[in-house]
Amino acid sequence: MTQQTLTPQQVYRKQAAGEALGPDGNDVQHRHVLTVLVENSLGALNRVANLFSQRGFNLESVSVGEAKDPQLRRMTLVTTGNDRIIAQVIRQLNALIDTLEVEDVTAYDHIERELCLVQVRCSATERHALTSVVDIFRATVVNITPDSLTFEVTGPPTKINAFIGMMRDYEVLEVARSGRVAMRRELAFEH
Amino acid sequence: MQTEFDVQKKSPTQSSSADQVGQGLVTGAEILIRSLEAEGVEIVFGYPGGAVIGIYDTMHRLKPAFKHVLVRHEQGGTHAAEGYAKSTGKVGTVLVTSGPGATNCVTGIADAYMDSIPMVVFTGQVPTKLIGNDAFQECDMIGVTRSITKHSFLVRNVAELAETVKKAYYIAGTGRPGPVVVDLPKDMLMAKAPFHYPKSVSIRGYSFAGKGNRKQIQKAAELINAAEKPLFYVGGGTIISDAAVELTRLARKANIPVTTTLHGLGSFPENDPLSVGMLGMHGTWFANKSVQNTDLLIAVGARFDDRVTGKIEAWAPHAKIIHMDIDPACISKNVPADCPILGDVKLVLKDLEPLVEARSAASRKSWLEQIDVWKAECPMDFKRDGKLRPQEIIRALRDKTGGNATVVTDVGQNQMWGAQFFTYVQPRTHITSGGLGTMGFSLPAAMGVAFGKKPGDSPVISINGDGGVMMNIQELGVAAAHKLPLKVVILNNSYLGMVRQWQELFHEERYSHTDLAPTNPDFIVLAKAFGCEAIRCDKPEDIQATIDAAWEVTDRPVVMEFVVVMEEKVFPMVPSGATTDEMITASSEDIA
Repeated sequence: MTQQTLTPQQVYRKQAAGEALGPDGNDVQHRHVLTVLVENSLGALNRVANLFSQRGFNLESVSVGEAKDPQLRRMTLVTTGNDRIIAQVIRQLNALIDTLEVEDVTAYDHIERELCLVQVRCSATERHALTSVVDIFRATVVNITPDSLTFEVTGPPTKINAFIGMMRDYEVLEVARSGRVAMRRELAFEH
Repeated sequence: MQTEFDVQKKSPTQSSSADQVGQGLVTGAEILIRSLEAEGVEIVFGYPGGAVIGIYDTMHRLKPAFKHVLVRHEQGGTHAAEGYAKSTGKVGTVLVTSGPGATNCVTGIADAYMDSIPMVVFTGQVPTKLIGNDAFQECDMIGVTRSITKHSFLVRNVAELAETVKKAYYIAGTGRPGPVVVDLPKDMLMAKAPFHYPKSVSIRGYSFAGKGNRKQIQKAAELINAAEKPLFYVGGGTIISDAAVELTRLARKANIPVTTTLHGLGSFPENDPLSVGMLGMHGTWFANKSVQNTDLLIAVGARFDDRVTGKIEAWAPHAKIIHMDIDPACISKNVPADCPILGDVKLVLKDLEPLVEARSAASRKSWLEQIDVWKAECPMDFKRDGKLRPQEIIRALRDKTGGNATVVTDVGQNQMWGAQFFTYVQPRTHITSGGLGTMGFSLPAAMGVAFGKKPGDSPVISINGDGGVMMNIQELGVAAAHKLPLKVVILNNSYLGMVRQWQELFHEERYSHTDLAPTNPDFIVLAKAFGCEAIRCDKPEDIQATIDAAWEVTDRPVVMEFVVVMEEKVFPMVPSGATTDEMITASSEDIA
């Protein structure tokens, strides 16, 4: 169906759905960071993850931890997909009995952080050069052996990516990333 | 024990009185039974087994207030509970054992999930310490049913059992209803705790919509008042919400024609001139024509299913859409709405009615006349050539009952003829497996409906094909044992008729594995073996006599086998993926 034959209502619906109007257009896809407050109950994590896999969405990152209320857990999920379908998944998440609050923080000013442990092969002679790179990222050494160093680095995902990228010059033995945690930023001095 | 329970039920200080009952502590099995009684459960469809033997033993001892029906297959039990729930509006209850008992319920649970039917399924489970050990008859039922339940519980502490039961019924029956699974490890049934059934529960993560947003309702009223060619598109949510009266009043006030989905049948009287019947793949020509030409589609408790819309981009191309539904995930799911209203449709319609201007039929003349033209162009009819055609049988059943019956159809051609040729005038009189399309649904579901009826209530008619009826035929014995006066119709065309129809129309008549004649039983002998009355009919002139004879039987099920023509097809038909005005009709088929 070409654009010429669409009725005004059909154009409205396609735009509302974030769908391509013509065959050469693309659906609107974005990365979404969702925070979900769930009961600390059996299977809650499964139910949340299930909604994404059911719709064919890959979860790029998942992190779960205790929230302010010790009976609750705050999850941070990162996924990419059509905005309208994500919005529908959010409504389905809200419908789960275990969830108390679901928020797509992508649309708001928000903080995203990740922690990463990187173990790198490093002889005594290389140590100085390596730690000088690491200092730029304000990473800390958490373990040392005669031929390896393990760093801990925290920051936004872009910084973690850059850090791991810089480590490629050395032999990276292992990487463990925590997955993102996110929170909306309160803006006290906006005006 | 019964009197002690009565005292306890009336006592305002339940927690202290529980301690005075017997030793104060009762087993989990007894807590479960007491909880079902306190919940007001009338009937349980179940099947015992090792993991739940304690419950059955306690039931034997306590003689509970509810009736337990021993079904002959757990799937039949779930469908019976569905039929009971859809017909009465109450929550259905199923009790089965672990492992295979539980997995046999999966189809019924999925069916209830798709069709928003309130149902609680209690499944046995191996003792807590054996869970995950591949114990005998173990199955991770919570995992298996995760995506087909509204919610599920694994009971891990007997002290929480009563509250869990309360929560299960509350979740199943409120908001958009759905099935809830409660998994009961065997040790939880033997462990003891005081019994206290809470009057209410609060679940902080669970809420559901009530009244609609004022502004949105105002906007909807403005759209309706401005529309020249409005159309109600009514789904099963209207019946679940008991909103048929409000809908009918509003449609008549503003003279807006009404089309219903398969599950919406009965929400608006089909003998009203404003009714355009069912829409969708096998909907009426005039309903689909109306949808394609309307300028305002008012969707009430409907979900824009693919069997309704066909090729979705081309569906209702000129229509603005008002979409009222209780489920936020349903609104704008398939088609973005111009005016979404989240709320219980009964309350929304109530608030909407005073804001909608009354319109006379004369002031809608051109739109209503146009619909009449479409109605005349292609009315719902069938060939009368001396051969026994299924449509004529459904019409005869309608005329026998005046539409005053509960019709439970199976899946396939019989389902569509049952929907098209009966005239539904009241809500909760048409019951079918719409979303999942489960063959074998009708017979056990009709049985469940019949269990919910009182003597003197309108008859329950189960309409089946020769394919589907065999999938749960064993429940005929249960219906006979309970002397249920079911009217079981088998439209026997010796084929998987709907699949055969697709093979004929879209697969160049390659009838791959749809011929059932070699494996069909003698249905008359079979029905009699189950203790039912049975009548065979193979000529159109015998239809009336067959039905009359069947209506004489009031103390057991009666099976009417109609040997119908094999090649009869369901028309009109929108081919899968086509736009809804590209319909194949019976007359276009004749020309071809």
